[in-house]
Amino acid sequence: MNRFDYIRPATAAEAIAAAALPGSAYLAGGTNLLDLMKVGAARPERLIDISRLPGLDSIDWLADGTLRIGALVRNADLAYDARVQRSFPALAEALLSGASPQLRNAATVGGNLMQRTRCPYFYDMASACNRRAPGSGCDARLGETRLHAILGWSEHCIATHPSDLCVPLAALDAVVEVDGPNGLREVPLEALHRLPGDTPQTETVLRPGELITAVRVPTEGVALARHARYLKVRERTSFAFAVVSVAAGLELGGTNIRKARLALGGVAAKPWRALAAEAALEGGLASEEAFARAADLALAEARPSGENDFKIELARRLVVRALRDALTGTPADLPALPASPFAPPSGARHVA
Amino acid sequence: MSLSLSLNINGQPRTINIDDPRITLLDLLRERLALTGAKKGCDRGQCGACTVLVDGRRINSCLALAVSLDGAEITTIEGLADGAQLHPVQVAFIEYDGFQCGFCTPGQIMSAVGLLAEGHAGADPERVRELMSGNLCRCGAYRGITEAVLDAQRVLAATAREDAA
Repeated sequence: MNRFDYIRPATAAEAIAAAALPGSAYLAGGTNLLDLMKVGAARPERLIDISRLPGLDSIDWLADGTLRIGALVRNADLAYDARVQRSFPALAEALLSGASPQLRNAATVGGNLMQRTRCPYFYDMASACNRRAPGSGCDARLGETRLHAILGWSEHCIATHPSDLCVPLAALDAVVEVDGPNGLREVPLEALHRLPGDTPQTETVLRPGELITAVRVPTEGVALARHARYLKVRERTSFAFAVVSVAAGLELGGTNIRKARLALGGVAAKPWRALAAEAALEGGLASEEAFARAADLALAEARPSGENDFKIELARRLVVRALRDALTGTPADLPALPASPFAPPSGARHVA
Repeated sequence: MSLSLSLNINGQPRTINIDDPRITLLDLLRERLALTGAKKGCDRGQCGACTVLVDGRRINSCLALAVSLDGAEITTIEGLADGAQLHPVQVAFIEYDGFQCGFCTPGQIMSAVGLLAEGHAGADPERVRELMSGNLCRCGAYRGITEAVLDAQRVLAATAREDAA
């Protein structure tokens, strides 16, 4: 790990002033940043410890039922909040499908949004990586690509954004509240992360010094609460990043779909909202045929970035499965293996 | 850069001066305070051998900078027993063969103590396995670990009932 200056500001204004200097990085839970620093993939000159900034660690409900999550709320506290589970169950299912309990106790919501790709070539200092070292090339392109993109990638970078939480947040039209050198602004979560193009090193639209202070989830999403799922295919049933994941939510009127929300994870450098699929579902019958058509629309632009064409069909099938499970209904209790398509019925043992 | 930290470690208030902000909680415990129960397995937050409680919550001590925890209460495996009286989770790990080589065991036990405090597993072994998934055991003692966690939970619940009566 490189040497750095450690600064613990008392206010957001002090933090922003310090973070606007080149070479600065914010430190909150540290679960991703310290890992990156240990391998040398991140080498900040100055760490701005924001973990004690006042007023950023509460879960609040606005008068209209909108959820406002402080940036320093720990993943575990959000996932186990009773009203969050009731109103936005896919958020809880996504959170509990990610990382481990120890990491969820430390990792924050703001850090979850700002976490870096888990592309192994990004982490390996001996590999060429345009995201880590602009202009050096992309060794992932002809490498191991099971975890790489099938949507929105470029010749310069095929990395994916690893967050589970961001997938239902994108589906639920979440808004990111940002404070910065030029004051407050808001960014739709869907617009926070950038596709790589020819500048993969610029991962988000945040400017130097800008600080995520909260994430708002609009109250409209509560209408999906009875039919909301997050499903995640991974290499093992727990403590692994998604090969492909899907957040699906339905609001039904009789047998018809009044409103549909659909987003995919593990397929692009950002959480991938499937707007065309949602539009095709809305107003129609909730049927297998409609789900299959939605899946085709969601993956219409998909193309393999390596030996990962299987992910396109996998994603199609997972979209259908997630919509079918959402139609069946949100389980009363979170499954023992959250988000696993292979989870046995709640409480059952998979080892006799 | 000299930094002064106040930490309560296993019930003892400590003032610690460190000369480098890069020191993780794990390195502080092991290399400066001679508390070598927490183990450095992967040092990347993947194996859980370094698990300790910070303000009552289990975390990976390898991924926390000591300096950022100024003022915190830390509990390590060394602080779990009450004198010669082992903690019910320690007793259960022995009773149910929840280990073989023992390297991951301090982390497993601290993780289990955290799990039981969180209270989300119920009596469901599948939930226990899922909620212990941040702790790897290369000897493969998972069955014993799961049984030990469930047994310790029963013992702790019975003790709580006796205390209330």
